[in-house]
Amino acid sequence: MNPVSDLGAVGYILFWGLTALAAGVFLFRGYQLFRLISLGRRSEKFGHLVKRAFTALGHVIIQKCQFKNITRKDRGGVSHLFIAWGFLFFVTYYFFFIIIASGFGISDVMEKTKIYGYYTWVMDFVAPFIVIGTLWAIIRRYIVKPARLKGQQTAEALIILITVLIHPITHVGKIATQIAAGHPPAGLGILTPALSTAVSHLYTNAATIAKWHSFWFWSHWVFVLVVLGMIAYTRYLHIIAGALNDLLRRTPPKGTPERIDLNDPSSFGVDRVDNFAWKQLLDSVSCVVCGYCQEICPAAITGKKLNPRLVIRDIKTNMLKNGPFITKKQAPVLPLIGNDQEGSVPEEAIWACTTCGGCMEVCPVYIEHAWEIIDMRRHLVQMQAKFPDELLNLFENTEQRSNPWGIAPADRAKWASGIETKPFEAGKTEYLFYVGCAGAFDARNRHISLAIARILDAAGISWGILGKDELCCGDSLRRLGNEYVFDRIAKDNIKMFQDRGVKKIITECPHCFHTLKNDYHQYGADWEVIHHAEFIRGLIKEKRLKLNGNGDLGKVLIHDSCYLGRHNGIYEAPREVLAQAINHAPTEMKRSLNRSFCCGAGGGHMWMEENVGKRINHERVEEALKEDPRTICVCCPYCMTMFEDGIKDLKAGEKVQVLDLAEIVAQALQ
Amino acid sequence: MLVIACVKQVPDTTQVKIDPDTGTLIREGVPFIANPYDTNALEESLRLKDKYGFRAVVISMGPPNTVVTLRKALALGTDRAVLLSDRVYGGADTLATSFVLAEAIKRLAQEEEVAMVICGKQTIDGDTAQVGPGIATRLNYSQLTLVDQILNVDLKAKKVKVRRKLEGRHEIVEAPLPAMIAVVREINRPRYPTVPMRLKSEITDVSIWDNKFMNLPEELVGLKGSPTLVRKIFSPQRAKGEILGDGANMPKEAAHLLIDTLIQKDILAV
Ligand SMILES: Cc1cc2nc3c(=O)[nH]c(=O)nc-3n(C[C@H](O)[C@H](O)[C@@H](O)COP(=O)(O)OP(=O)(O)OC[C@H]3O[C@@H](n4cnc5c(N)ncnc54)[C@H](O)[C@@H]3O)c2cc1C
Ligand code: SF4
Ligand code: SF4
Repeated sequence: MNPVSDLGAVGYILFWGLTALAAGVFLFRGYQLFRLISLGRRSEKFGHLVKRAFTALGHVIIQKCQFKNITRKDRGGVSHLFIAWGFLFFVTYYFFFIIIASGFGISDVMEKTKIYGYYTWVMDFVAPFIVIGTLWAIIRRYIVKPARLKGQQTAEALIILITVLIHPITHVGKIATQIAAGHPPAGLGILTPALSTAVSHLYTNAATIAKWHSFWFWSHWVFVLVVLGMIAYTRYLHIIAGALNDLLRRTPPKGTPERIDLNDPSSFGVDRVDNFAWKQLLDSVSCVVCGYCQEICPAAITGKKLNPRLVIRDIKTNMLKNGPFITKKQAPVLPLIGNDQEGSVPEEAIWACTTCGGCMEVCPVYIEHAWEIIDMRRHLVQMQAKFPDELLNLFENTEQRSNPWGIAPADRAKWASGIETKPFEAGKTEYLFYVGCAGAFDARNRHISLAIARILDAAGISWGILGKDELCCGDSLRRLGNEYVFDRIAKDNIKMFQDRGVKKIITECPHCFHTLKNDYHQYGADWEVIHHAEFIRGLIKEKRLKLNGNGDLGKVLIHDSCYLGRHNGIYEAPREVLAQAINHAPTEMKRSLNRSFCCGAGGGHMWMEENVGKRINHERVEEALKEDPRTICVCCPYCMTMFEDGIKDLKAGEKVQVLDLAEIVAQALQ
Repeated sequence: MLVIACVKQVPDTTQVKIDPDTGTLIREGVPFIANPYDTNALEESLRLKDKYGFRAVVISMGPPNTVVTLRKALALGTDRAVLLSDRVYGGADTLATSFVLAEAIKRLAQEEEVAMVICGKQTIDGDTAQVGPGIATRLNYSQLTLVDQILNVDLKAKKVKVRRKLEGRHEIVEAPLPAMIAVVREINRPRYPTVPMRLKSEITDVSIWDNKFMNLPEELVGLKGSPTLVRKIFSPQRAKGEILGDGANMPKEAAHLLIDTLIQKDILAV
């Protein structure tokens, strides 16, 4: 049965005319967006397109984006699974059984094929699933209103959900009337045959039934075409942009912003939307406004001006607003960095990010919020020299004396004045123990350095230090947008490591670890960098360390640091080592592993004031204290400082101690 | 009109150690920085440039590596940098230093009228606080020292009004231009260089004026022109004082010990 050919030439003109119109609208907008996105700067190169395409397609089919975020607390993703999987079936159906079958007048032939039969059978189940999924989504968004969707009860969302709800219904109407009209497809499910019986009871006249079929067919197709047009203009766009964003994802190293090109001032920082890389602009149109990012963001949670979702929204709004002017080589009309207006990112928000990576971890469409924020910091620091006052000292000290405090570099080896250490010398020492500024200068964190030294000696490792020649790794400067100085620090370090024949590096601090490993990788460095948690795990595995399961630490709670966990995927090593050292698995915090909550020191915040909202370390320490631990185990000197400060502020110092993993291991050495 | 900042490159004294045997400074391997007071002098010259449209010049007398410090000044927005460098200038005391600087300022003044010379209050190595006043005296400029605020520059009347920071009080002083202004650190917060300015400063020339160019009598410059004779540099013996407890590892205990000792010595009362 073919309602198109039934109308003769008029039917075909109508069918193809409407289809071409919708496709035209879709393509027009697609082209417009393409033009806008291509205003962006060229990005880093990426290869392996075929492999990427398969991965991205696989992700769409299995809906990885949803599985990332379905938790016991938040099952919102399940409704999306129903809809998305259903939609995938529908898209295939439209193509073969409407466009080809009806559009080319061969439906009578195709209806008799087995494949059509199977497909209709499947669709009979798929359609109700979409309806259930959508009703669920509507109830969640408009009645339950979870925090993640706060303020997201928009008309746009409702219209989208209603179209999602209606199109499977029109499909069912179409099939049911087709069966009633005596043209059953070769395979049938349960729903449509039942409905067709009802239709047959209602109308006995074959012509009336044919008319109804025609009605359902056309309304179904028109609905589909309306959705096609809507995809380009509404949040529906994520179906395409999200998949593209996955396909064109930046290649690892994970957790690092792009380098700048010192010959190209437009790469020094972003204050105009066309200074973003095109990939970042694609990010902005991919957002599905799911709110997962704002729900995990430590800055947003503690009442700072920053909400990663809004940053992405503002970039998009700014692009849509300024794009047409920029295309015509005119000045933008809406500032990218500035006030509270939609389309401008407030400076305060730009400075509030700890680069914890939470947002990027949960974002279903792989948006990289933090690096976009860093690009705007780069503009403020590098083009305007405008930044929170307290950072001036940090910048000057790091540039002048290669440590954040501005302590004399000659004091770098003081932490080791009571023990015997060797200078690193290729051939004579195997590993470089890169102590880092905190481990070398900070009184509390020097104990961690000593603990690591003890462990290395106990395991008979051949190691050395750079002593007073060691330089800062530059992590804070880079995350604060001071790329120019970072660039020089990185080059100095790399040169020194190369000159001295460094091949294997053990670090105390996850920030040094990440920087030496991933950031310097962008400069071609390819040495082996190991954080002490992983190194100690290796030593235990090789039976080079014997631990006695220290008993007097009480209940031990573990905190995942962002630059070890989320940015580098190291979750198991500290847990395994702890289990060996204390003889039982550590207690987990409520927010742990890849959903861990930042201590508040990352992204240069170690050196910044925190005057707005609740202090991030208080939020985290409160969460820790709820588990009533005796010991909190950290793996990072910054986490150490933030936890100790937080515990002091909350007057819990009598009950709880903070120890680094290395200190716990050193205590448990036999 | 010119505003001229005088900047001296000094060893980073936080990194200078005293040789325990000879009692002299170990300068080897110690990095050089701009004298901290002079970073404020420089900043003030740049603010005057921004506000009144002066051309900002920075001058320094020192060894050739002072170029690094002068480039930083250029990166901050100074229009021109002049380095007075010659072997014969070495070993200068304040008399000889102020002489060479004053002569250089005269040369600059021949090209363009000088409104103000801004100096730091003192340096962190020589610490004499004499060079600024020396320049003012030699050039017969108004001499405004210990300035913590430049209130107004009246270009028509050729007058400058400043606030001086004295012990326990402030003084508002007006003086005719040209003036030498020696500033205290509270006067401003130095700015930070932008990257384009840094890159530009790397390719901007620093004028190096040696004595062939300056043509000053050798008996008035450098060691020869310096009546000051350094007899001995030493760190004073610690007559009193002791280290109490182990502050690094047991700060609480050390603090208690300190309080107890102070009470015993009648310095603190309970
Ligand atoms: C007791 C004593 C010991 C000394 N020991 C040594 C020594 O061991 N080795 C040695 O090389 N010299 C030594 N000198 C010389 C002395 O350090 C300086 O070179 C001196 O001429 C400058 O004085 P000042 O550093 O005290 O500057 P101040 O008078 O404190 O400086 C005031 C301001 O003048 C300006 N200014 C000063 N010097 C310069 C300059 N060179 N270029 C541009 N602007 C400047 C700056 O704005 C500065 O903030 C010594 C001097 C004395 C009095
Ligand atoms: S990186 Fe962390 S702090 Fe920054 S926006 Fe993302 S979640 Fe928020
Ligand atoms: S940025 Fe990503 S996580 Fe945040 S709302 Fe958009 S799609 Fe969701």
